[in-house]
Amino acid sequence: MSTLADGVDTARREEAPPGRRRPRRRRQEGNAAWLLALPFCLLFLVFTVWPVLQSLFMSITDTRAKDLRTPFSVDIIGLDNYTRALSDENFLQAVRNTAYFVVVGVPLTLVMALAAAVALDRGISRFRSVFRLGFYTPVVTSIVAVAVVWQFLLNRQFGLINTVLGWVGINGPNWLGDPDWSMPALIMMASWRNFGTGMIIFLAGLQAVPWALHEAAAIDGASAWQRFRHITLPMLRPTLLFVSVTTMIGYLQFFEEPFVMTNGGPLNSTVSMSLYTYRQFGFGNYGYAASLSYIIFVVVAIVTALQFRALREKE
Amino acid sequence: MNRSTSGKWWLYGLLSIAVVIVSAPFLWMVVGSFKTTPELRRNPPTWLPEHATLDNYTQLFARLDFGTYFFNSTVVAVVVTAGNLLFCSMLGYALAMLDFRGKKALFGVVMATLLIPGVVTFVPLFVLVANAGLVDTLPGLMLPFLAAPFGVFLMRQFILGLPRDLLDAGRVDGAGELRIFARIFLPLCGPALATLGILTFLGSWNNFLWPLVVAQTEDTYTLPVALALYSKGQNSTNYGLLLAGATVVVMPVLLVFLAFQRRVIEGIATTGIK
Repeated sequence: MSTLADGVDTARREEAPPGRRRPRRRRQEGNAAWLLALPFCLLFLVFTVWPVLQSLFMSITDTRAKDLRTPFSVDIIGLDNYTRALSDENFLQAVRNTAYFVVVGVPLTLVMALAAAVALDRGISRFRSVFRLGFYTPVVTSIVAVAVVWQFLLNRQFGLINTVLGWVGINGPNWLGDPDWSMPALIMMASWRNFGTGMIIFLAGLQAVPWALHEAAAIDGASAWQRFRHITLPMLRPTLLFVSVTTMIGYLQFFEEPFVMTNGGPLNSTVSMSLYTYRQFGFGNYGYAASLSYIIFVVVAIVTALQFRALREKE
Repeated sequence: MNRSTSGKWWLYGLLSIAVVIVSAPFLWMVVGSFKTTPELRRNPPTWLPEHATLDNYTQLFARLDFGTYFFNSTVVAVVVTAGNLLFCSMLGYALAMLDFRGKKALFGVVMATLLIPGVVTFVPLFVLVANAGLVDTLPGLMLPFLAAPFGVFLMRQFILGLPRDLLDAGRVDGAGELRIFARIFLPLCGPALATLGILTFLGSWNNFLWPLVVAQTEDTYTLPVALALYSKGQNSTNYGLLLAGATVVVMPVLLVFLAFQRRVIEGIATTGIK
């Protein structure tokens, strides 16, 4: 999107021949621009840039909660926090849990989003906006609130989900109390809450798929699945890349779901990287927490880069 | 497509079932909030409340002070939204229409931070806010969110699409640069400001990690913090109370969203970011 905008910029600059504007005008323009930028920049420096750098510094120190008032008493300990993280069995468990959540949750969310988008785009012609609204609604609601509701829905004895499963003769598991079922339960809820965003973006992307191509292929005898596989999907690749990257970035940081629903349990089966970092912060281990947060950051950056590569190369 | 409207009845059926499944948690939440906890614990569950009661809501507001949390959530969301509308449109305009030294670098830095997870900044932010004496205060909850990169991106993209001739016309008429922004361009930004306003309000209302860290007494709890903590404390099995609490958290944003849904959905489709 920024490349497009940059293109517009240069086009405009070329229209006005350089040097036509007087220097005084230019200076006024520059001053006004900085005046307009100033409030944002101040807040941004103090509350974003500084903490990002400070966090990096903290991650190589042994800062603890009690050092809050005496910042000069902390020692620089190099990469100790990072090596400690890599041998911290509880953190590694959190990494595995997060990987499970992402590897199962992202594809599931994408498939739900794409199925809903395709069905709404070509399959039906009436009530489209009603369905769209229904599917999108969970996205705008508080994760904490829906987690509280799902905790109740997932209750082993009187939850709605096990009641419905009981109708078809399935004895539902103790979702949040069984280490084998706790993560699937969280993934189910996260996919339910988030697929609406992907659906909206897919719907926008599907506008670019020419319907004539579908009709021509249909005349040649291509089935609906073949047309989806060989026409829609390839043309949707940029959108697919975008949705999978943003969904993955979100899922790598999941926090509220286990915080409310399982508190990381049972048997640490749902402790996420963010939840573990928050706990270390809660214990007062600020330096260690900062290093864990940077590990999350690096993972997000690497995964984003890899995904860009993987989906680009197939073109 | 005549063929598709008549022949796809099964798809309508399937989508209708899907919508019911997707909305079921909300319906169950609202219906359940009028039931008593013993009724909620019954197996098999009752569909409609046997003795519909407002007890859960009276308890929330009388015993648990949800009125205060509601007030805190509202104040924080309103101030954060106002800040973003103002500061992001100012910088967005400068980046889209004006030429100045360091413009490219500034835009690059602001955009780069879009990728940074919130968990990266919260430890030093907490230290910063603690040293400023703002822990457990409403300003402490708001300040870090007053100027978010996402808003700059959205406003810049929108203003790039406005006619540049307006700028030149304003200058020819002798209007100052700030006046051109405030009187000519800002009034044209209505749609973008509406989208940004709603998305920011929803984001602030639902925000959790930062308020959880900064709000340490009940005086400054926001709704999600209060609900999360009550769901883990002594009320953790008081399902009626928790469902009523969830309803109080969800309903305002649901109404805001339903009122402005077209804007929200268009905003997401064009910027691609929630």
